[in-house]
Amino acid sequence: MATTFNKSAAAGAKKFADWDSRHYRYYKPKGRKATLYEDVTVDVQPDPNRYLLQGWIISFADGIPAYSPTRTRLNCSDWHFYRAPDEEWERPHYQRQSAIVKMIGQAVANARQQKAVSNFDPDWVHILQDHVSASKHAEYGLGTALMSAQRDGMTQMINNSILTNASYKLRYSQDLTLYFADIAPDFSQTFDESAGKEHWLNDPIWQPTRKLVETVLATADHLEQYFAINVLIEPLVLELFRSGFVMQLAALHGDFLTPTVISAAEADYSRNMVNTISLMQILADDEKFSQQNQKVMTEWLRRWWPLATEAAQHLQPIWSLPRVKARGFADAMKNAENHVQQILRQIGVDFEEGGEHS
Amino acid sequence: MATPLSKITAQKGISLAEATRRIADLGWLPTYAQQSLKYPTDYKFSKAPKDPMKQVLRSYFPMQEEKDNRVYGALDAGLRGNMFRNVEPRWIEWMKLFLAIIPFPEISAARSMAIEANVVPGHDLRTGYTLQMIDEMRHSTIQMNLKKWYMENYVDPSGFDITEAAFGKCYATTIGRQFGEGFITGDAITATNIYLQVVAETAFTNTLFVAMPSEAASNGDYALPTVFLSVQSDESRHIGNGHSTLMSVLNDPDNHLLLERDIRYAFWQNHAIVDAAIGTIIEYGTKDRRKDKESYAELWQRWIFDDYYRSYLLPLEKYGLKIHHDDVQAAWDRIIKKDYVHYVAQFFSAGWPVNFWRIDPLDERDFEWFEYKYPGWYNKFGAWWENYRALSKPGSTPVVFADTGYVYPHRCWSCLVPCLIREDMVVDEVDGQLYTYCSEQCRWTHKVAFASEYQGRPTPAMGRFSGRRQWEEVYHGWDLADIIQDLGFVRSDGKTLIPQPHLEFDDAQMWTLDHVRGYELRSPLIDLRNMNPEQRQKHIDQYRQGFSVHKI
Ligand SMILES: [Fe+2]
Ligand SMILES: [Fe+2]
Repeated sequence: MATTFNKSAAAGAKKFADWDSRHYRYYKPKGRKATLYEDVTVDVQPDPNRYLLQGWIISFADGIPAYSPTRTRLNCSDWHFYRAPDEEWERPHYQRQSAIVKMIGQAVANARQQKAVSNFDPDWVHILQDHVSASKHAEYGLGTALMSAQRDGMTQMINNSILTNASYKLRYSQDLTLYFADIAPDFSQTFDESAGKEHWLNDPIWQPTRKLVETVLATADHLEQYFAINVLIEPLVLELFRSGFVMQLAALHGDFLTPTVISAAEADYSRNMVNTISLMQILADDEKFSQQNQKVMTEWLRRWWPLATEAAQHLQPIWSLPRVKARGFADAMKNAENHVQQILRQIGVDFEEGGEHS
Repeated sequence: MATPLSKITAQKGISLAEATRRIADLGWLPTYAQQSLKYPTDYKFSKAPKDPMKQVLRSYFPMQEEKDNRVYGALDAGLRGNMFRNVEPRWIEWMKLFLAIIPFPEISAARSMAIEANVVPGHDLRTGYTLQMIDEMRHSTIQMNLKKWYMENYVDPSGFDITEAAFGKCYATTIGRQFGEGFITGDAITATNIYLQVVAETAFTNTLFVAMPSEAASNGDYALPTVFLSVQSDESRHIGNGHSTLMSVLNDPDNHLLLERDIRYAFWQNHAIVDAAIGTIIEYGTKDRRKDKESYAELWQRWIFDDYYRSYLLPLEKYGLKIHHDDVQAAWDRIIKKDYVHYVAQFFSAGWPVNFWRIDPLDERDFEWFEYKYPGWYNKFGAWWENYRALSKPGSTPVVFADTGYVYPHRCWSCLVPCLIREDMVVDEVDGQLYTYCSEQCRWTHKVAFASEYQGRPTPAMGRFSGRRQWEEVYHGWDLADIIQDLGFVRSDGKTLIPQPHLEFDDAQMWTLDHVRGYELRSPLIDLRNMNPEQRQKHIDQYRQGFSVHKI
């Protein structure tokens, strides 16, 4: 017995210097104890300011290294301070995404089994076909922009937050696409699956939104993309549409199913919004760069707020399409603007006249 | 009331092919704003790649969740089965190095997908890149979790506990950084499609993620196989992305010159880096000396030579692409005839005081196996390992400073592995500065491939080798004890070293800072640059003649 014990390589089998050093000891946890999320995330992306002894060893032709703070106009005295409030790493990410996929699958299967889709109000079906379906392209565009933005952050914590955000947006755009494809055969009238893209590309209602999305896609500053999407574009345009329109009106038109798909996106956004607020709050409050960062954020607000507002206002005609009316556009828009103000207050950026773009 | 499961599964949704067609149609060509490419390429695209794998996120997420459940279940089972009572410490020690390196290439691969998706036209393969991006986040965090698990349960957690800090500082992990940075820096297609997908993933992940697990299992480690075989199961997707993108790149004959350059660079550097690290871990980190077990050379022949070179690279010739057969042969010769892996292991063991893991001395069973698999091994390496064992007691001279005949090697400026095959060492000047290389191919990589033009063709997107690439330069003229302290490779008692040249888990047998004081480290490159031309030529000639180690 004794010999087996002596040979053991299990913790505690021998006592010597650091035999019980059982925590990652190269970073400071945010709370009293390190979380699993922190252990698998912090410092995985190295930094010459921390442990990267030899610096980055391959550069672009212009001398910029693999990761560079010059990729965003925001600055930070400690990029490594940020932790994602949603604490997502691979396992919870798959669990959550998978739960959503299963929930939608189950709901659609149930509804189809009960022939629920054929009970949707015909006018409403048109709205789904033309406009809800158009919105999937906007969602896809934002997912694509975020997928690109996750390249550039200065830490793994920042890049993972942007990466999971991209994953959520891209999943949702596919959810909508495949949701319509799945239920299309069940409508009593023909459901034109290509109408959404047609409206996205050509309908004047959607053009300012498309311009907005294309502008964010073409923006090089990854944190400007992250900021513009979660601080302005989501609340003012997409949440406005999802929550201020679809969620309000679907059930009134016999559609209890679409809200299931949409509500997942709402939950996704609330997580991504909290992550964004947390990062931007750190930057707006930075001990060295607070003023500079607030100035940059203010410029971003001046740039994106008018674009987003224009996009939102062009969506207004959609509110008059349903047969049964609920809360109007003005009401929804006011909520959206309040939401932005609330986000800005949490970030701590001073921007009094949200309406100065008018 | 819920529908019974049987009815739900009986319900027909749209086919996978239809689903992927619709998803690819989510994209459009922007007209309001044009993206200026942040990460450009010198390649041209006349055709968008297709997605041969037809994957969608809604089938991907549940499948991955299921895979994860199996992985985490197996880790729990490993503990219930008291895995660590029987695991070989020699093996787990090398995991301190391997698992310090690998998460960085993984996250780099995730970033790489941003770059690739931006430059590749069309939307068919966008989901493929998206899945790969999320896969790579999976790989990095699942590996970090495995490492934490070793730290919590293995007899000596020291070295695991500083893992990411050690990764940034160690003279060996710098080689892994060359690998990972290669995925995200320089020409977008060179980095993402060729270096990462077409070569690293298609050719070398088998050695990384299949050979390693099987060696782990024969050392009583059942955790690593579960994690890494699960990682490898994602790899076919990435290989598919790579091949599909490559086909679209190949389509334009204008790209062939760059493709030839990049496949050459990527193959050689992957060989130099991956074979150095994985070859050493598999051959020297194991206690399994069954003679019927395949050696690394045998695995290499099967996976790299037969599977990759014959079935993947060679067929590209029919598209008019020039493949460097001589390089594949040269890599093979380095492994089988020129003892590449054995020299790397020798180098790592020479450098043990600046490691952050322990290296177990070899014993007679090891000698016998090496001699059987690599006839003539003992004559070349036996004395070295006898010395290593003899000098493993604290108070001995660290083996690299002992008078054994060993000559500390120059570094290769390109792959960052030292110039271990002495006769192949090359020197050259780039922009008026002198550099050393392990091989002609590595010289070519630095001087010819990573430059602003290639064979008369401007290559503005190509990257550059930069930074303080040579680790030894950082500590030129320092005392060994000061270096170790500066690296932070000291246990929390402030004196006992994290690395040890043995597996004695006993304070009385462990080296402290006092045992390593009084030895000066020098950068061979700085010394070489400071020589006059005659001295230098003489030094190089001598270096190329090699060295022989005598038993002390
Ligand atoms: Fe990977
Ligand atoms: Fe080299």
